[in-house]
Amino acid sequence: MAWVNAIIQGILTGGLYALFACGLSLMFGVMKVVNLAHGDLAVIGAYVALGVITVTHIPALWSFVIVVPIMALLGYVLQRTLIQAALDRGVLITLLVTFGLSVVIESGLLQFINADSHSLGVGESIVTGSFSIGSQIQIAYLLLLIFAVAVVVLLGLQYFLSVSRYGRMIRAVADDQEAAQLSGIDYRHVFGIAAAIAFGTVALAGIAYGMYSQFSPTTGTDTILLFAFAAVVIGGLGSLWGTLLGGIVLGVAQQIGAQINQSNQFLAGYLVFLLVLAVRPQGLTARRAQS
Amino acid sequence: MSVVTDTSVRSEENFRVTRSRRNVAWTGAGALIVVVVLALFPYIVYSGTTSLMVQGFIIVTLASMWNLLAGYAGLVSVGQQAFVGLGAYFVLILAQHSLSPFGGLPVAAIGCGVAAVPLWWLVSRLRSGYFAIATWVLATTIMLFIEKFPSIGGGTGMSLPGLSGYDPTLLVAYTYWIGLAVTVLALVTVYVMLRGRIGLVLTAVRDDEVAARSSGARVGLARMLVFVVAAIGCGAAGAVLAISQLIVQPGAVFTVQWTAKMAFAVVIGGLGTIEGPILGAIIYMILQQTLQSYNAWYLIVLGLIAVVVALFARRGLWGLVDDHLHVRLFPVGYWLWTPESSGRRGSGRRGIRPRRASQHRGGRHS
Repeated sequence: MAWVNAIIQGILTGGLYALFACGLSLMFGVMKVVNLAHGDLAVIGAYVALGVITVTHIPALWSFVIVVPIMALLGYVLQRTLIQAALDRGVLITLLVTFGLSVVIESGLLQFINADSHSLGVGESIVTGSFSIGSQIQIAYLLLLIFAVAVVVLLGLQYFLSVSRYGRMIRAVADDQEAAQLSGIDYRHVFGIAAAIAFGTVALAGIAYGMYSQFSPTTGTDTILLFAFAAVVIGGLGSLWGTLLGGIVLGVAQQIGAQINQSNQFLAGYLVFLLVLAVRPQGLTARRAQS
Repeated sequence: MSVVTDTSVRSEENFRVTRSRRNVAWTGAGALIVVVVLALFPYIVYSGTTSLMVQGFIIVTLASMWNLLAGYAGLVSVGQQAFVGLGAYFVLILAQHSLSPFGGLPVAAIGCGVAAVPLWWLVSRLRSGYFAIATWVLATTIMLFIEKFPSIGGGTGMSLPGLSGYDPTLLVAYTYWIGLAVTVLALVTVYVMLRGRIGLVLTAVRDDEVAARSSGARVGLARMLVFVVAAIGCGAAGAVLAISQLIVQPGAVFTVQWTAKMAFAVVIGGLGTIEGPILGAIIYMILQQTLQSYNAWYLIVLGLIAVVVALFARRGLWGLVDDHLHVRLFPVGYWLWTPESSGRRGSGRRGIRPRRASQHRGGRHS
């Protein structure tokens, strides 16, 4: 029964990891940017939420109403300035700039806030509770909610990309930047919109993590970036549903590892990632190898 | 290759091709003098200074290796701390089996090179940005794995045995010399590699990968070789780190900050030049020493400078020096002397501009 519990918990945390991965996947799919500062930006989202909660006393659950627009705006501005400037200079410079950004954000948070761990207190509400199935399986409402949010975000994104006007533009630019430009699309603006959406999901990921667990300045790289990346690679590059599957596989692997021995949790997740890389580098869902 | 043979054939018609604009013997002699003077430092300066310089040597070595990866092979690795850590742990394990850390260092470095082969097989399946994060995951995985063994310190680390017999002053001097030796060896290796065939392949790949592949350049092999050499270099630096710190802690040797330091030093100094990483490492040490009382500030400042340099002066500070003074301490390219220019050679700095026939330097990326 403990094993069933581990698998159920793993699936649910997988939703959280898919939420981490969503923005990373979107930015790579559209702009071909691998944002090494992805995790640190999620942590910034969590800190902004913490600030918002402290100042306005709104419930942590609703902090996203303020934090998501702030982060989306930051995404648009960063994309139009720093990231676009780096993109114009090639892949290598983009990696260097986002890596620099990552280190600056992490060191900056350590310098100006502190190394303490924080969490976003959900307070006394239905979300802090849990329900039981049988005697061994306890499911927290919060984790269930996060999983639901991840599914809704992925579904919404899929729907947005395939149906809406901006979604069409984003896909057009992702497919062929020059042809899209010839058809009158300002690709820089579209990139900005895509980055705003990606940063919005990054903010959600940061808030969700802050409510689920504790975060500190180093969480961004230790946990969020690497888990997001592992989920993307396990699931298969460029597929949103693959990302959800990848997150779930990672979550289940971690929980099963933890079930064997608490200290094995992260190692088990990464070993599954390396196994996928070794035997199926295109990921679980992708049809062809990514080059 | 064609450029080289072409010009050497025509050199009979008053064209000359040289490695450097000035006589290489002078730079060689200069480098030798610098190394000899550096080797005498333990007799001249206090041990505090030599300890500091060991940190500098580590950064120079790491930066040179990272430059080889990113500046020449186009491989942005964010996981080089994997080899820093492995180097340190190999020295620790060998010392536990009563091999002196100084004797264990070369073994540890080679061990890192051997370990790099299967790891390359794994991470080379992913490209550019995903390659970068994959190396990072790899480094973290290796750390988590090593933490599982209490006999080598588990999660908390362990002090390095086998060095207690040395006189403290002598130990500092030995550490300094081995650090210097590792650095010199690393720089010579990079120089020889880039002057040779592999340098040519890497330059061709950097300029146009498809064209290079279709000309028969064995791109995958060249990249793997660079990855292995960088692993050996970083492993040696990690071994020096272990000897100079006298303690090996997983969190300290496997931190991504090592990659941040080497990458920033390279970008600021000059990506794709051999001199750049040395200059960058010196700048790094100065910044670190000036700002060390302000905790994380030096990394913030370094990161910001690196971002600005990457965006607006992509060949780094050495690139600026080279553009204005045409100084090349480690010439790996070729200078083409036309009849007009060679006639007036040495007549003045401004008058002659020998053309670069083949540029082994950080030019434009595709």
